[in-house]
Amino acid sequence: MRIGKDLVAAAATPVVLGILADGESYGYAILQRITALSGGELEWSDGMLYPLLHRLERQGHVHSEWRQADSGRPRKHYRLSEQGAAVLADQRRQWSVVGDVLSKVWPDDGGPRLRLAFGEA
Amino acid sequence: MSIDEPRNMPGDVPAGAPGAPRDAPADLDALVASWRGWMQRHDAVNTADLDELESHLLDTVDHFVSAGLTVDEAFLVAVKRLGGVDDLSREYAREHSERLWKQLVLSGDDDGPVGSAGSAGSALPGGDAEAAGRRLPWYRRANGLPVALLLGAGAGLAVKAVELATGDPSTVALNIAVIVLPFLALWFAWRRRPSIAVLAIVGVVFAGVGLALNLYPFVGSEADEAGTTVAAITSATGILAMLGSIVALWLATGLAYVGDDWRDERARMDFVRFSGEWFVYYVLIALGGGALSMLTVAVFASIGVDVMPFVGEWVLPLGAAGAVLVAAWLVGAKQRVIENIAPVLTKVFTPLFTIMMLALVVAALVQWNLVDASRDLLIAFDAVLVVVVGLLVYSISARDPLLPPGWFDRLQALMLATALVLDAIVLVAMLARTGEFGFSANKTASLGLNLILLVNLVWALRLQLGFLRRRTGFAALERWQTTLLPVYFAWAAILVVVFPPVFGFA
Repeated sequence: MRIGKDLVAAAATPVVLGILADGESYGYAILQRITALSGGELEWSDGMLYPLLHRLERQGHVHSEWRQADSGRPRKHYRLSEQGAAVLADQRRQWSVVGDVLSKVWPDDGGPRLRLAFGEA
Repeated sequence: MSIDEPRNMPGDVPAGAPGAPRDAPADLDALVASWRGWMQRHDAVNTADLDELESHLLDTVDHFVSAGLTVDEAFLVAVKRLGGVDDLSREYAREHSERLWKQLVLSGDDDGPVGSAGSAGSALPGGDAEAAGRRLPWYRRANGLPVALLLGAGAGLAVKAVELATGDPSTVALNIAVIVLPFLALWFAWRRRPSIAVLAIVGVVFAGVGLALNLYPFVGSEADEAGTTVAAITSATGILAMLGSIVALWLATGLAYVGDDWRDERARMDFVRFSGEWFVYYVLIALGGGALSMLTVAVFASIGVDVMPFVGEWVLPLGAAGAVLVAAWLVGAKQRVIENIAPVLTKVFTPLFTIMMLALVVAALVQWNLVDASRDLLIAFDAVLVVVVGLLVYSISARDPLLPPGWFDRLQALMLATALVLDAIVLVAMLARTGEFGFSANKTASLGLNLILLVNLVWALRLQLGFLRRRTGFAALERWQTTLLPVYFAWAAILVVVFPPVFGFA
């Protein structure tokens, strides 16, 4: 299954903020984590993550810092700001509303509308 | 993985780069270097971005090498996973509007069809190969310089035509924005292809301002009263209307510049950027033109020919109006040069202005006589505040939004706080004066401007402090300043349309 482009774009911000809520991280590790969490189904071109991170930084949701990795390579680490945490909480409320609605529209027991249609007949 | 773009295949990368001969042992450094060289051709991606992407690339290579691939295989996969070069640079350009802006104005030489220039993404590089084979029509060469020169000549001739037709220099002065700025709007209409609806709105604004300026019966006050005559206009409301028309029509021209993106704060910031760079170029051209004119007059005078009337009556008006268009063209064509000048200018003048204002505050407190000071001083204070707001907006537009807050941002907060203290003093002084003499057009106009500046400075200082304490992002500062552009427009429009009848055209 491939998740549609629009849905990936919509989910990208809350997912990245959520991952950073667990502690600071850098681009490659964030992508690894997304792959692991979604079983490889929520993915986009690796490079696209960085413009997204830059946007979040410009909006003040994350802060960044260049550090030296163990390998001696420079790495840009990102961490959630207070404002970012607030945005994440807000996004979480929004997504849970959407999730609630979807789970009511698509119940897992076969669907009340179907039962209704057959039962009342 | 996003593998739906076949043109991302490594063949996209120049020969000799990652697709190196398989028998040669892969040298990762060389591969990375050639990949960087390839990416650097895309203006939207800067060195820091490349460092970040390279670090990612090397992590991915490590991962695949440990999974058993050879280095060059791992490198190919890693490059591919980054995504297509064009898509990537488009994504970066979308986020880094200040770089996108540079590309939009530079794209004239190498972009595709004219009709596509309106949308941000389409003007990005990528079509260079196909464009290189085509010859551009004459009017599109050199970033459209021929068109800019034609429009500039048109603006100059229009000024001269109105002057000759009316024989009244004050009519020209009053209408200067209505005469010259339509040519700039036409330039944007040609360069940036806004939609018809936007152009119609711009046209309506120009027509409305032009009608108001010419149908209102401005009455000249006693011409001998010093300080009330600006460029042969003797009516105070007339002078205010002229100033208002320049601001209002400049912003209306900005609407033609941003086009359908007028709601987007980053598009508006692009226009602010344009305005700042345009101002720098215009001043440079004016200085150069002035020096050249004086030299010409002096040289001809030495051989007994007086060219002063010719220079004054033809070269000056034609040059001043034409330079508006030439400066606009230069902003587009020579973007890279000025890019280094804008940040330097703000860094030079912000400290100087802060010191100047601190001295003003001290002076004002030491001799507490501002309330009975002359009106000239109050207007000068107003001008100082306008410059402060200009410096702030200009430095916001020149700043890299990703830089963390530093000494310069602290200095700006100091500048804002000082400006606030000054504004408070000016407001007290003005209210005292209006209480004493009632509301004249000049006082009401300065008071309104002051209130707008006060609101601007208070909120800007709040945002700046939030940014220094890393509570808000830099985007909030940008958004606030661009939100105010319509407010300036509204106040300028009021000066043009409402003030003259209210104050009896005096």
